[in-house]
Amino acid sequence: MPLYLNEDQAMLQDSARPFMAEQAPVAHLRKFRDMDCKDGFSHDLWKQFGEMGFTGILASEDDGGLGMGHVEAGVVLEEIGRNLTPSPFLTTSVAGVTALNEAAASLREKYLPGIIGGETVLALAIDESAKHRPERIAMKAERSGNGFKLSGKKQFVVQGGSADALIVAARTGGSAGETDGLTLFAVDKNAANMSMESARLLDSAMAAHIEFDGVEVTADAVVGEVDQGWSVLKKVLAATRVGSASEMIGVGSGAMDMTVDYLKERKQFGRLIGEFQALQHRAAHLYSEMEIARAAVLKAQQLLDEGSDDAELWVSIAKAKAGATSDLAVREGVQMHGGMGMTDEYDIGLYMKRDRALAEFLGDANYHANRVAEMSGY
Amino acid sequence: MSDLERFRAETRAWLEENCPPEMRQPMKDEKDACWGGRNWTFKNEAQKQWLEAMAGRGWTVPDWPKEYGGGGLSAAETKILRQEMARINARNPLNSFGISMLGPAMLHFGTEEQKRHYLPPIARGEIRWCQGYSEPGSGSDLVSLQTYGEDKGDHWVVNGQKIWTSYADQADWIFCLVRTDKENKYQGISFLLFDMESDGVSTKPIKLISGNSPFCETFFDDVKVPKDQIVGEVNRGWDVAKYLLGHEREMISGTGGGDRAGSLGAALVDTVGKDDSGRLDDPMLRAELARFDVDALAFTAMSERFVDEMKAGKGHPAQPNMLKYAGTELNKRRHALVMEAGGSDALEWESERSSEGVRPRAWLRTKANSIEGGTSEIMLNVVAKRILELPGA
Ligand SMILES: Cc1cc2nc3c(=O)[nH]c(=O)nc-3n(C[C@H](O)[C@H](O)[C@H](O)COP(=O)(O)OP(=O)(O)OC[C@H]3O[C@@H](n4cnc5c(N)ncnc54)[C@H](O)[C@@H]3O)c2cc1C
Ligand SMILES: Cc1cc2nc3c(=O)[nH]c(=O)nc-3n(C[C@H](O)[C@H](O)[C@H](O)COP(=O)(O)OP(=O)(O)OC[C@H]3O[C@@H](n4cnc5c(N)ncnc54)[C@H](O)[C@@H]3O)c2cc1C
Repeated sequence: MPLYLNEDQAMLQDSARPFMAEQAPVAHLRKFRDMDCKDGFSHDLWKQFGEMGFTGILASEDDGGLGMGHVEAGVVLEEIGRNLTPSPFLTTSVAGVTALNEAAASLREKYLPGIIGGETVLALAIDESAKHRPERIAMKAERSGNGFKLSGKKQFVVQGGSADALIVAARTGGSAGETDGLTLFAVDKNAANMSMESARLLDSAMAAHIEFDGVEVTADAVVGEVDQGWSVLKKVLAATRVGSASEMIGVGSGAMDMTVDYLKERKQFGRLIGEFQALQHRAAHLYSEMEIARAAVLKAQQLLDEGSDDAELWVSIAKAKAGATSDLAVREGVQMHGGMGMTDEYDIGLYMKRDRALAEFLGDANYHANRVAEMSGY
Repeated sequence: MSDLERFRAETRAWLEENCPPEMRQPMKDEKDACWGGRNWTFKNEAQKQWLEAMAGRGWTVPDWPKEYGGGGLSAAETKILRQEMARINARNPLNSFGISMLGPAMLHFGTEEQKRHYLPPIARGEIRWCQGYSEPGSGSDLVSLQTYGEDKGDHWVVNGQKIWTSYADQADWIFCLVRTDKENKYQGISFLLFDMESDGVSTKPIKLISGNSPFCETFFDDVKVPKDQIVGEVNRGWDVAKYLLGHEREMISGTGGGDRAGSLGAALVDTVGKDDSGRLDDPMLRAELARFDVDALAFTAMSERFVDEMKAGKGHPAQPNMLKYAGTELNKRRHALVMEAGGSDALEWESERSSEGVRPRAWLRTKANSIEGGTSEIMLNVVAKRILELPGA
């Protein structure tokens, strides 16, 4: 497969790009931030995502979705990133749908139509510490009657407060550090004995700390097989990590474009600051890094879509490279905007905030570089 | 079986039969390579056999047309040949500025007679070329060059000095930028070819920090160059020069990781050793290696995308400058890490166990990657102006 978007993917981009720029530009994020919306995103917009067909990109055609792949999901995510669009797309249409694709028909029927219609929102409850360590999941799921009782804590559950259901990873066996013995559950938002505390993050998205104090779920809630949750979780993580890498490519590109434009209009010392070589070289360096990161992300998505054995390695390369690069883009962005870059009025700072949240989501650049080393045998 | 599958199977079988075992090991250093030319002495029988076998099929330049000594392969077939060669670690049969620089420019700007005359000996490795661009006062600012060719009717008489001419003392012919009009800066340069044995050509080697002396000062004292030894039009040599530089930059960027996709950390782990948990026994170096691997592998994806886009006629024409910049900076980092991982062993300069210091010499040599073929700073200038369209100069 050539390493650029094919015609269909380019067409999808041609519809996603203006849609996001018109319906959900950065001003949209500001509006939802400033009205202190408790969900942090617009349900109307989510409905429009459904009408555009974005929501079901990864769902199979049999389930009413489009049966497309990670490249296509990435096309949408890049535009979300470029416009800092607040939406539950990553947690619902990427993480949630990937999990549901491994679930029994009853669960798929329960959630997929609502997701595809832009009504239902899912969230991913995996992390239990401030740093992403999925292997160390300790939360317990004990058998009880013909179902399970969940006890433990989760944190950094993005969209947790607004989600209709949570995909929760818990232990039915084994102990923290082992990959055997994990099970995934789809837990309804109204479940008893579940308490939630939402907090606004720096990028104005909402994320929840959740306590499970003997939350009862039926056996139907199991996603995949009991004790075999790791195999599903691996797919969910791969899809969502590469998805967040795409979103970071969007954030980095958006920040870079805005900065390059600023260099062409701001005058100091009687010259456009873009004439100063000190800034030109840094901008050109940033451009090279962005191009390289973009290629790595696309490669990971293509390999994932092909079901290649190399996909896992490339997902980590993609997340590590995209993370390091969009970080560079937002740092250079703020710096090259001078004092303006520090103001809330200018958008560049918002890019820096979103980037920080995405960088941390499902493993930062160090975490993924470490995985690359491990998978390479050193 | 599709045509390409059949081609792959046949190629694999042919390589199996014709590539000598000695040519299936990585080269130790630059000196291990075969450069060909009138005065070339083969390092061993295998090197000779391998060159003759490959040249016999036109596979030293697989994608050139057959009538010019090439293999006439399509882009897809060429890719397969490269993959099959990489599969058995087959060496490049021939290193050649003729192939990577002059050839492409000649194919684009040369006359039919010139192509038929100059290209087949390049493909067979019979004539070794060097590049006479830089002058003591004209490096990055190449168009300021002063070497002058005076028009004498049916020939030019060339006077001047070049510098940093790689392998000038071993080359048979030179492709050379010569000013033929003193009034016009850009449109006053011509692209001339001439024999290094012509009267008035002399060279003096310059020793490098790596201890080797691959390049020279080159002096021209009333060198007579016949008029038909010009590529492109008189005074329009800058177009040829720029076209050629694009290819040169692509070639140099290849050193960055494009052809070495594996993990550097994995290659170096035994040099350093492992700790009790089975990790490379130096956490800071391990982290550096991991970041390098991420960057290098991501760069291979970019190189792949570049080739795919070129084939499809997409992409920005100034993109090779970006690749050259990123690729050479990566290659320098690679060798710096090889030195770090090698510890005191990698400091040995003259000893048998260090193969006469291959590691430090190679490390020092890479420092030129971001200078030769245009410096990193010049590459960034081009990206800033032509791709990002930043203002000024
Ligand atoms: C938090 C904060 C507090 C401040 N407090 C005060 C205060 O109390 N009093 C006060 O007077 N000011 C204050 N300032 C203003 C501060 O001094 C200016 O922001 C600073 O001098 C930069 O000027 P600028 O913002 O106009 O950026 P610009 O001059 O527009 O610079 C934009 C970018 O171009 C670069 N650039 C500009 N010229 C060149 C050049 N020749 N070569 C290379 N690069 C160049 C800059 O480095 C920067 O990256 C404050 C600023 C901030 C952010
Ligand atoms: C190993 C090696 C092999 C070579 N082989 C050949 C060969 O075969 N044939 C040949 O013709 N040449 C050859 N060269 C020469 C090479 O192309 C030049 O060295 C190169 O173009 C740089 O020119 P210079 O050395 O004069 O550096 P200078 O142009 O003097 O540059 C000095 C420094 O100033 C910086 N600089 C210059 N101009 C600018 C600018 N506008 N903006 C910002 N920074 C700037 C440069 O980046 C560099 O860091 C070779 C060089 C090396 C090192």
